[in-house]
Amino acid sequence: MNQLSVQHLLGIKHLKASDIELIFNTADHFKEVINRPIKKVPSLRDITIANLFFENSTRTKLSFELAEKRLSADVINFSASGSSVSKGETLIDTANNILSMKVDLIVMRHPHVGACDFLSKNVDARIINAGDGTHEHPTQALLDSYSIREKLGSVKGKNVVIVGDILHSRVALSNIYALQLQGANVKVCGPKSLIPTHIESLGVEVEPNLKKALEWCDVANMLRVQNERMDLNYFPSTREYTQLFGVNKDLLDSLSKKIVIMHPGPINRGVEITSDVADADQSIILNQVENGVAVRMAVIYLLAQQIER
Amino acid sequence: MYFCIPNNVLELMSQKILLSAKEIDIILNRLACQLIENHTDFSETVLIGIQPRGIYLAERLRYILQNKYEINDIQLGQLDITFYRDDFRRREIPIEANKTTIDFIVENKNVVFIDDVLYSGRSIRAALTAIQSFGRPLEIELLVLIDRRFSRHLPIQPTYLGRQVDVINEEKVLVQWQEKDGKDAVYIQNN
Repeated sequence: MNQLSVQHLLGIKHLKASDIELIFNTADHFKEVINRPIKKVPSLRDITIANLFFENSTRTKLSFELAEKRLSADVINFSASGSSVSKGETLIDTANNILSMKVDLIVMRHPHVGACDFLSKNVDARIINAGDGTHEHPTQALLDSYSIREKLGSVKGKNVVIVGDILHSRVALSNIYALQLQGANVKVCGPKSLIPTHIESLGVEVEPNLKKALEWCDVANMLRVQNERMDLNYFPSTREYTQLFGVNKDLLDSLSKKIVIMHPGPINRGVEITSDVADADQSIILNQVENGVAVRMAVIYLLAQQIER
Repeated sequence: MYFCIPNNVLELMSQKILLSAKEIDIILNRLACQLIENHTDFSETVLIGIQPRGIYLAERLRYILQNKYEINDIQLGQLDITFYRDDFRRREIPIEANKTTIDFIVENKNVVFIDDVLYSGRSIRAALTAIQSFGRPLEIELLVLIDRRFSRHLPIQPTYLGRQVDVINEEKVLVQWQEKDGKDAVYIQNN
């Protein structure tokens, strides 16, 4: 198969295993491209892409923009701050105004769950979800799996633990879908207050003890505590969180095997992981960033391929 | 009375052999000699097999150059042109990319593109753009096994060629390689 089964990338939930395989195979080629002396291909020179970011972002926005430029697309950027959104314009009006400028593809991050889904049903452009509230962040999950595949050879059969703030994390949900679709075993670990109720219904086990979780896993994906999404105190103190759910070098060295450490960024150094863990050779955090560009190029390329002339 | 003819037999009936394994061998040796005439020890020359099917011809030529003429250390790369094609979003079934392996810089080198069949010239046009990502070559030549003349869309001609053929657009030239297809042969298929 050399076409995606979907027209938009709204979430991993809508993908098939064969879609992920196609994205990864295509990303392999783009990874080679972005390591050339000239890191650009002309494929999307007649495609215009709008990056609509209604929420703060550093690496995702940069990564998408770089991916688009490496594919030779024309790119326009929009941030909610300083735009007409603050004057009361609705999402659909904003999008339609941008589409009037003949945009083919929209990459959107939005604080509300389902915003991308809504947009895909109401505007005539391909949509890529760059994070919608606490729902999904599909390209992050794809680049996480891609990085595991690169480091360990395959995702199938691997044990992956996602540690931290699962409740507010779109990265966690997308990762759970993506990992399971590829045949990995997933556990989550974190304070009980930050584990969603009924998460077991997704086929995920909850392991409250970090040491046990790390002993079990091949890969630990350390999530950030999302203070900005917390309207309550979910744990007594950051210090206590770090003591119970933070990974330091001593803890890693005490394990019976060498596990892979991942983090979607931005890192709160000294909270979920210490600096020596973030910079250790078993950490693939910077590989994730590089792979992010290749994976996003693949997603954009494969969706753009379907746009009618 | 009706006879049922299996599809594979029908296929065989509609294709004729253009080159046998022996003829291909002779041509490859000649092409290798022609390359030596122009490039001597290949110290300033790199061979680039065009994906997907030019890579077998490129490997074969390097093998002859190394084993028969003892020219070692020939730099050989594989170039995929999928992302440089001019028919993106124009095909019903998209083309899947292949691997590019060029572990050297082509800056100031003599580059020889190697492909099995030269037809419209569009693949080579794409390759001319793609190779620039690896530097600015001093010179680029083109070697093809089969040149389908009179079917070019662009002003592109081979520097070295195995055999020229005149075939109509409905016909397909199929090159088979021992390492990929189990035998060496070139067929003209009537679609």
